[in-house]
Amino acid sequence: MDLIFQLAIIVTKIVLLTFVVVLPLVPLSVYFERRFSAVIQDRVGPNRVGIPLTLLGFKKDFHLFGLIQPVADGLKLFLKEDFTPDHVRKAFFWMAPALTVVPALITVCVIPFGSPLGIFGHTEKLVIADLDIGPLFIFSVASLSVYGITLAGWSSNSKFPFIGGVRSTAQMISYEIALGLSIIPVLMFYGDLNLSTIVQKQAENGWLLLPLWKNGQLGLPDINTVLFWFPAAIAFLIFTISIFAETNRMPFDLPECETELVGGYHTEYSSMKFAMFFMGEYAAMVIGSALIITLFLGGWSIGFGLDKYVTDLHIGDFYFGGLIHMGCFMTKLIAFILFFILVRWTVPRFRYDQLMKLGWVVFFEAALINVFLAALILAAPQLEKTIIGIGAVLLVIVTLAVIWVAKVSEENPKVLRA
Amino acid sequence: MAVVKLQRPKLNFGEKIYFGALVKGFFLTMTHAVKTLLGKSVGAKELASSGLGVTMQFPEQRWDSHLPDYYRGAPTLVTDEQGRERCVSCQLCEFICPPKAIKIKPSEIPSDDPWAKVEKRPLEFDIDMIRCIYCGMCEEVCPEQAIYLRKDYLITGLKRADMVHNKKKLYEIGGVRTGLVNKWNELK
Repeated sequence: MDLIFQLAIIVTKIVLLTFVVVLPLVPLSVYFERRFSAVIQDRVGPNRVGIPLTLLGFKKDFHLFGLIQPVADGLKLFLKEDFTPDHVRKAFFWMAPALTVVPALITVCVIPFGSPLGIFGHTEKLVIADLDIGPLFIFSVASLSVYGITLAGWSSNSKFPFIGGVRSTAQMISYEIALGLSIIPVLMFYGDLNLSTIVQKQAENGWLLLPLWKNGQLGLPDINTVLFWFPAAIAFLIFTISIFAETNRMPFDLPECETELVGGYHTEYSSMKFAMFFMGEYAAMVIGSALIITLFLGGWSIGFGLDKYVTDLHIGDFYFGGLIHMGCFMTKLIAFILFFILVRWTVPRFRYDQLMKLGWVVFFEAALINVFLAALILAAPQLEKTIIGIGAVLLVIVTLAVIWVAKVSEENPKVLRA
Repeated sequence: MAVVKLQRPKLNFGEKIYFGALVKGFFLTMTHAVKTLLGKSVGAKELASSGLGVTMQFPEQRWDSHLPDYYRGAPTLVTDEQGRERCVSCQLCEFICPPKAIKIKPSEIPSDDPWAKVEKRPLEFDIDMIRCIYCGMCEEVCPEQAIYLRKDYLITGLKRADMVHNKKKLYEIGGVRTGLVNKWNELK
């Protein structure tokens, strides 16, 4: 009986959190993308599709600000001909779209959506799987989506998708390094890889980028926390930009640039298979924002020492603070998705060599040095003054050396002539 | 040809670090977004926008009153002030029409008609609006000033046959046009 109860809870969580909370965010972000880009470009955007009441004999349609537009888009894609060209490698061609969507949706399972809910003395965490290796799990599963794009490019068996696939492989693999290295300071700071614990700690002691309270009390942070803010900010910057690259979003969307590659890896796809790539991209964006929020911006926590009171809110035996926290998380998530969209319509696309240089020369080194900087700051209270001094000097020397090497390697690049 | 070697501009540190430009860009896009939402985009007033950006939202708002005088809409036939059809079916428009959209079947005016001295008028006059490119050559070539491009731009139909304007339809859109050609009048 207990086992069935447990299973029921797990299934409910999977269904609710993945298919009711996260999946609708994908069409929602498509809608936001279109409306926000329109607003940036002095246009209106899709604002018509709603509930067609005129079909039922009413006077006026209910337009809902066009929120139904993504549904209409999806329906259109669904009704289109699903064409498989003759020259493709069929098995992989069919597998590839699924391989981009599924990993993105699997990673949902370690994201904490809110503080634990309590009913009848039974508390339940708002995480599908409370793994102790949260970020590692996300990285390992999310990097599987490289296969989807690469296989799509290769199995399409034509030039443009192939180039797109190769580009995406190189790009995603190189940015995974920066992605992994950049959050090491964060993990060192918390000493934990469990995302629920990390968020709980942030709720109590201040968000990583906003440490303005301690143990639920508002107040200025101590000197050590202030110093750690700098490596945290660098980590945030590198991590965010790497997520952009990892999700193939605009400043780095070279695998699918319409202008040179006719759509890149999904050139040969149509109908629902194309929609899967589309969904995969946006799902990856949603998960990426969720991870950034969880690690750096306090996850579900409302902040400023309010979380304790919110968690204690209850009607009788039902502790519903978790739902409020979930609302907070979703607000942050949507805000961050809007930021993603703003970046897409602001920053011009990078050239491929600039992208690679940014990944390998700038971010890789910066993330590595950042690890040592964070380590020095974290260890400082236990160390003697002289050792701290030596460490700082060594760090500065290494940093300068890295910058010098990067600069020297830049000068007088050899001109290649065919 | 002299070879001009262009020197790439030397970037200073701030420009190389790129973040300043990014922030500037964010401000630019966000000002556009905010202005759009407030209905204060540049040119919103002149373009009679709907209050969101510079866009006029079509079925509710029409740009009919904003059409310039030189706007070239659907070609139509006109009658003069005395209700005579001006067209004498000389077929010049049919010959000049670049996409061959015009088909005219001329006919003679019977001798008992008050306008018998005009001698000819079209029996059928079809303009295929699927072919028409709104170039206005028919208007320019017409010696009788009988064909005019009016400001109608909503030419729609559910089948191809709907898109062919026959004589009746052309006079219906065209209406009456006074002036200039009065060689058939009693006045002369």
